Amino acid sequence: MEWLKQTRDWLDERFPVMEFWRGHLSEYYAPKNFNFWYYFGSLAMLVLVIQILTGIFLTMNYKPTADTAFASVEYIMRDVKWGWLIRYLHSTGASFFFVVVYLHMFRALLYGSYRKPRELLWIFGVIIFLLLMAEAFMGYLLPWGQMSYWGAQVIISLFGAIPYIGNDLSLWIRGDFVVADATLNRFFSFHVIAFPMVLLGLVVFHLVALHSVGSNNPDGVEIKSKKNDKGIPLDGIPFHPYYTVKDMYGVVGFLIIFAAVVFYSPEMFGWFLERDNFVPANPLKTPEHIAPLWYFTPFYAILRAVPDKFLGVMAMGASIAMLFLLPWLDRSPVRSIRYKGWIFKTALALFIVSFVGLGYLGTVPATPIATGFSRLFSVLYFVFFLAMPFYSKWDKCKQPPERVKYK
Amino acid sequence: MKHCALRKLCIAGMIAAGLMVSFPGALWASTGKVKLDHANIDIHDTESLRRGAKYFANYCFNCHSIRFMRYSRVAKDLDISEDDVSKTMLFTGAKIGDAMNIALDPEDAKRWFGVAPPDLSVVTRSRGVDWIYTYLRSFYKDESRPWGVNNAVFKDVAMPHVLWELQGLQEATTGTINSKEGVEHTVITGFNLIEKGKMNPDEYNNVVRDIVTFLAYVGEPTKATRLNLGRWVLGFLAVYFVVMFLLKKEYWKDVK
Repeated sequence: MEWLKQTRDWLDERFPVMEFWRGHLSEYYAPKNFNFWYYFGSLAMLVLVIQILTGIFLTMNYKPTADTAFASVEYIMRDVKWGWLIRYLHSTGASFFFVVVYLHMFRALLYGSYRKPRELLWIFGVIIFLLLMAEAFMGYLLPWGQMSYWGAQVIISLFGAIPYIGNDLSLWIRGDFVVADATLNRFFSFHVIAFPMVLLGLVVFHLVALHSVGSNNPDGVEIKSKKNDKGIPLDGIPFHPYYTVKDMYGVVGFLIIFAAVVFYSPEMFGWFLERDNFVPANPLKTPEHIAPLWYFTPFYAILRAVPDKFLGVMAMGASIAMLFLLPWLDRSPVRSIRYKGWIFKTALALFIVSFVGLGYLGTVPATPIATGFSRLFSVLYFVFFLAMPFYSKWDKCKQPPERVKYK
Repeated sequence: MKHCALRKLCIAGMIAAGLMVSFPGALWASTGKVKLDHANIDIHDTESLRRGAKYFANYCFNCHSIRFMRYSRVAKDLDISEDDVSKTMLFTGAKIGDAMNIALDPEDAKRWFGVAPPDLSVVTRSRGVDWIYTYLRSFYKDESRPWGVNNAVFKDVAMPHVLWELQGLQEATTGTINSKEGVEHTVITGFNLIEKGKMNPDEYNNVVRDIVTFLAYVGEPTKATRLNLGRWVLGFLAVYFVVMFLLKKEYWKDVK
């Protein structure tokens, strides 16, 4: 094994291999009390890798023109060796990306992971979430089915609601007066090059910020405040091997669920692959009911809840802008829900009901009853954020322990 | 105790998620406004697939292409010799490796039927198998329509009742229902056979089921492979999961 060590040393003299290894893995200390919710960060990385790898192979066989796009996807499903698997991994991966990212964000909400000094870490994360939505939206146009087409048509036309520049702006985005070949081409370019590149860059920023401030934990107490004489946090354990092996365990658990969907229900009852998207795009025939894919529906429901189109677009934008403000809205003396009082817990429960409710309402036609509920839930969604500076202050919190609890 | 509220939240979330998953099916069913019969197909039933391919070639393939499918693929997957496929399905002078297109010119079709018959490659994935099963059994006599028939599932459809000689001709029986707003609607409640066909209703249902089975296969020819491979993948992952669990336990033993 001497040669292995020599190779390492040779490399290390020219590139900081060992410094990186120690700084980010073997001597990067993470709190030992991570629970279930802490799997989703590494799982998001896994899904990102799955999407990039399957995306590369799809790009080899996909044809981004209005005449050939739909057919090329079907040929991938039939004539390309293992094409069906690559395509299902990619389409299922898209939905699972959002499952994982939503749970990852919810974890931050539970344990106050966005609080000082992790504001920037959180903001990078929110930008990643935004980019992911753009990436998914553009990717969904590529199969050129009815839902691809009309979903894009509806969403791009939203820009038309902006006063003065709106119509020119949406024309500029589409490159045509309706969604057409030019739109497909540019969305393809954005989907396979521009957004993945920015996304990867931000993931690096997110990780650099994380490793600079260190992870929060379910108790929300700072492990760096109690160190031993060597400067190692008393409640910290080296990321490698403890969390590498634990995350691997999480990865396999995740893959079981993921594979179950890929192999047994890739359409997921129309939630991951919509039925109407098996009909080729037809600019002359509007589908009866246009709904975006499930991961956009909470925001789509907020948009539809507002009677005025422009104000609706603003409300939708504001619903995401709230996330950026979160670190400064929460004024609770503690970070973790474990030590917060009943007011926060109630607020969070109402927020979950609103968010899931909006998610459901965004999928159904806007009947008067549905719109009524959308409005109620939209108000609750905003109240959760905007009233937070007050209720987080009034809430009766418990005293967190000096050190993290483990076992 | 402190996790109690959280656990309740999780349960509420799961119930909500469960409701959401079960809902779209209900919505689709309601868009057709006709209760769809269960097609009850088995894509592993090779005999049914072969019969379905034959019926499809004889009755549907003149007007409807399945252009994402290749003759050779059908031969291979259904275990029919390429010779037999050439004799029974290849009418257009195409080669065995070609896509299954039709000779009908879409412009002509538009002139004759009012609309070009759609390609049926993925029709089971957009409409669902139950829809097609019900649709092909729901033609009824209607003299006001160009072909003398209408359809209960697809109102004023441009397609004639191609399987007429097998099924015969049926008449719709109607009834009235009151909608929620109290408005009376006339709806189709059932069918009466007024002209006998070559087959009795059970035989006809089986023919339709065979066609639907074949179209379901055409919609996703790799489905059988997918289901079969899934078992191995999940089996492997299950074993791997146990290994990783033990490995994790071994490492974490010394974390106190």
